Amino acid sequence: ISSSSNGPKAEPMLLDHDPDDLFAEATEEVSLDSPERQMILSDGPSPAITPVTINPRADVFDLSFVSHENRDTFDIQISVSDPEKVGDGMNAYMAYKVTTKTSLSIFSRDEVCVKRRFSDFLGLHSKLASKYMHIGYIVPPAPEKSIVGQRLGRRSSAVTELDPDAKACLCCRYLLRTVKQPALLKDPDVLQFLESSELPRAVSTQALSGAGILRMVNKAADAVNKMTIKMNESDAWFEEKQQQFENLDVQLRKLHASVESLVFHRKELSVNTASFAKSAAMLGNSEDHTALSRALSQLAEVEEKIDQLHQDQACADFYLISELLGDYVRLITAVKGVFDQRMKTWAKCQDAQVMLQRKREAEAKLQHANKPDKLQQAKDEIREWEGKVQQGERDFEQISKNIRREVGRFEKDRVKDFRVVIIKYLESLVHTQQQLIKYWEAFLPEAKAIA
Amino acid sequence: MEVSSAEAALSVSASSIRITDVTQDGDVLTFALTSQKLDSSAGVCVFRIYEDFDWLQQSLFSQENLPGLQGIIFPPLPSKALPSQSNTQTKALKQLGFLALGQDWQSYCKALEFYLQQVAAHPTLCKCKALDSFLFNSESPGKQRGRKGIFNRLSQAVEEMRKESHKDVDNFFQNERNKNTNLAALSKVATEKLLDVVMTEQKLALACGHFSTSLHLCVNQDDASAVAFSKVCLKLSDVIEAVKRNLEKVASNNLSTLGLGLDLESRYQEAEKEMLFRRTCKLIELETVKKGTEKAKANKREVLEAFQKAVEKEFNLISSVAKQEIERFHSSHVNVLKNFLIGWCEVQLNTAKEFAELYSQHLEACRNMYSE
Repeated sequence: ISSSSNGPKAEPMLLDHDPDDLFAEATEEVSLDSPERQMILSDGPSPAITPVTINPRADVFDLSFVSHENRDTFDIQISVSDPEKVGDGMNAYMAYKVTTKTSLSIFSRDEVCVKRRFSDFLGLHSKLASKYMHIGYIVPPAPEKSIVGQRLGRRSSAVTELDPDAKACLCCRYLLRTVKQPALLKDPDVLQFLESSELPRAVSTQALSGAGILRMVNKAADAVNKMTIKMNESDAWFEEKQQQFENLDVQLRKLHASVESLVFHRKELSVNTASFAKSAAMLGNSEDHTALSRALSQLAEVEEKIDQLHQDQACADFYLISELLGDYVRLITAVKGVFDQRMKTWAKCQDAQVMLQRKREAEAKLQHANKPDKLQQAKDEIREWEGKVQQGERDFEQISKNIRREVGRFEKDRVKDFRVVIIKYLESLVHTQQQLIKYWEAFLPEAKAIA
Repeated sequence: MEVSSAEAALSVSASSIRITDVTQDGDVLTFALTSQKLDSSAGVCVFRIYEDFDWLQQSLFSQENLPGLQGIIFPPLPSKALPSQSNTQTKALKQLGFLALGQDWQSYCKALEFYLQQVAAHPTLCKCKALDSFLFNSESPGKQRGRKGIFNRLSQAVEEMRKESHKDVDNFFQNERNKNTNLAALSKVATEKLLDVVMTEQKLALACGHFSTSLHLCVNQDDASAVAFSKVCLKLSDVIEAVKRNLEKVASNNLSTLGLGLDLESRYQEAEKEMLFRRTCKLIELETVKKGTEKAKANKREVLEAFQKAVEKEFNLISSVAKQEIERFHSSHVNVLKNFLIGWCEVQLNTAKEFAELYSQHLEACRNMYSE
């Protein structure tokens, strides 16, 4: 928990059961079987990702959640802190301290602290994406330096290159989103990332960084476009959802650009307030009349304090709202990715069916050709492709099921995350006003004392 | 501000002077002005345009038979406002600073009001007949384009700069000139910096407005989860809207109190500067005459000496009036700033309380809603 007194106070969020959870009774068959996985995969309420403190001057970004799920309670606290430069010159990089505190049994210790560099995060994401995206899991997007893709609005983002603190916060939110996904929490790569002191250097992190994901998504989209047979969407749900996500994507990007403008102007206000404070101080120093001079100096001090409030509020604007929107823009990309994966899976299934048909036709022809070994081979091939068709159909069913569940989870989380942010933001607003009241009440007698 | 005058019958109650309304017709602003004579309980209302104010100022400048007139610190009249469409805000800001901002010329009217109050409160100037005509004649006195006063605005010619730094013979005045130069510059800067703050506050309010509107557009009724999300977006939209109103209020508070006060202070320092400069010019004139007298041939000397005596007398009169004016200015400027500072603090305190309450209500409502 941050010890800074400047940021708004915050409490960890406690979330309750969601009796209306549509998928509470769904039981999943997953291709990677493990009875433990099954239990974790059954849906319960999932917690929201929320920054507990938003003061970047604090060393620790403590983002935590507590969730009550079925009869089990599991809690995990992750913080990413102490960005420090390691090495120099061309090989220099930023290393972060990742601290995990948990009571979950899958972890070997209650508290573990490791050092990770930024590419390690990308490496983790790339592994997870390659394992889970194609079966329909929305894998949290890699912590990116900037919003991938097109930027709406003329103003180029004031925060495309994040400072180390903001990056640490981003990485932390990434980890939290990852672990709160039941399947991913148990993944050995995730556990290794959080626990082992040495991590093999992720070499091909280019492969599935955010840009990499986008490339993969684009490739899938291309594959979809190249399909000669348009997918018969037997399930209107998918079509509707895809459209909704398209709309949401556009809306979120617009909102994000809007907030960036807000942050920018707030910072400008801080600069101007500081400048005014200085000029008031100089005026106070030159004034002969003692009480007036004193009052003017107090005015300057009040304005300096107000400047500080502006800076804090700009942080709130940024970390609470701007980053939330940014996260969701990135998440939508991941969501769109899974939908495209489903299309790809369907295409594969179709291809298998076509191939099976061809093999059957070939076999039929060979029936009358009296070539027994070729016939046998043909029969073998038919069996093989029958198997592939069945597998393809299973895969398609599976990914469709997974996506439905994942989308439901995403939509619930979305509401929770935004709600938490609104509350935190209001808390910061209330705090600011209360500080202002203090400052003005202190200044009033000074002004009245001018004789 | 007190009015003390032997000719009470002609005097007006300075504090009763109010500009109650302003109307705009194309390029022309017409001000409705009410005031009260000291010996009467009835208010008089007249209508004036800027040229009338200018006429008044010029009349004050050009009063005859007023000894030491040049030693008076004349209350500063704001520049003429040009409200036409072709005048961009940047031009208006450059010309009028704070007075260009605010709704419906409120600040500008306030500044004109202060100007009249200060003229009416001035022990010497309040006796000027022009003030009477200005305040009480139903006919607009400015119709007569009077001759331009003998005082022009302080020009920035190099010649003037040289004169401005001419060494004084009197320590009191040298000190005062130095201090005034300093304070005039500093208060001008402070005014400009505060103006920047107010402009940024307004820009930020605008950005909040855009964000709030964008959030409002995220409403979607497709299914249960979309409805839930829409509600959240609308809530955030409301909150941001409140933030916008907050900023607008804070900006308007800054504008109508401290902004106005600093603007007045800054212009008054300039007015003192102009008075000191006039006296300095007189000093230079006197010194030039003295030198001329010393060098003069015997036959011309008597004439020149008489002339020198006259100039010296004028200069001494100006200096003595100036001394009084300076003292009066020092105490009144402290008082004026005090009132503005108190006003500013009180109004910002109220706004902070108002919005602390509002945000708390929102917070309470959200906490209740979301814990269900």
